[in-house]
Amino acid sequence: MKRWLPSPLSSLVLWLAWLLLNQSTEPAHLLLGAGLAWGIPLLTRRLQPHPLLRLARPWVLCRLLWMALVEIVRSCFNVSRIILFANPEGLNSQFIRVPLDLHDPHGLALLSCLINSTPGTVWVEILPDGHELALHVFDLHDEQWWIDTIKTRYEKPIIEIFEQGERP
Amino acid sequence: MNAAAELPLWAAVPVVALLVLGGAIVLIGALGLMRLPTFYQRIHGPAITVTLGAGCLLIASMIYFSVLQSRPVIHELIISVFILMTAPVVAMLIMRAAVYRDLRAGKRDTGAMSGDVYHLPSED
Repeated sequence: MKRWLPSPLSSLVLWLAWLLLNQSTEPAHLLLGAGLAWGIPLLTRRLQPHPLLRLARPWVLCRLLWMALVEIVRSCFNVSRIILFANPEGLNSQFIRVPLDLHDPHGLALLSCLINSTPGTVWVEILPDGHELALHVFDLHDEQWWIDTIKTRYEKPIIEIFEQGERP
Repeated sequence: MNAAAELPLWAAVPVVALLVLGGAIVLIGALGLMRLPTFYQRIHGPAITVTLGAGCLLIASMIYFSVLQSRPVIHELIISVFILMTAPVVAMLIMRAAVYRDLRAGKRDTGAMSGDVYHLPSED
């Protein structure tokens, strides 16, 4: 099983992407897509720099993505309001430091995509001294609120999803 | 134009609402790019364009073509997945490049030093 189907998840995603691209569920496309979904992960297995992804709790992931979606829509309207009505000179755009506990590369990738997709915040980098994230906030009112939000609402579920099996 | 006239009212209303909302968001994003004074603020303008703006337009497209062709047309989902995977990487790279470029050039008034995270090399 492990040898012939190294990553069922990426196979499933590839298969669905193939069917969506072709917009068809004909048997021919089902078969061709299945062949590609089986072959591509096998051929690219050696290119993976990190151990294969294991999702510990898909349900937590769904809830996290839904929460992030709501947050994205909410911040979209916030940023629109600031652009339209606020005085640009009065904006408090700042870099802040957020200490991180998350170390899994897949988890960090997901966290950075979610934070960068949310308008009003841009992830700059993980600072070389210590494991701290440099984050740029469009209109900063309360630094501690941002740190708490990212730690509890984003980082905690991601640690649950990606690092569950690795912690003592 | 003939195809659009065949769209029933119950589908036309959400399609139009989403198109107007998406267009307005894209316009506001462009306005932000023009109005905001510093680079680090301008980078937040297009962020609303690629998320909510593009999202509204893609959902409108899904409803419109699904109703007109009487079958689910959902390959727009792939576009949104690709956008959500690539746009954050671009924003991150541009931001990082800007910060280090300003620090190396020794510019103080660009906003790179706001918030006490980054310092000029000489001050370290």
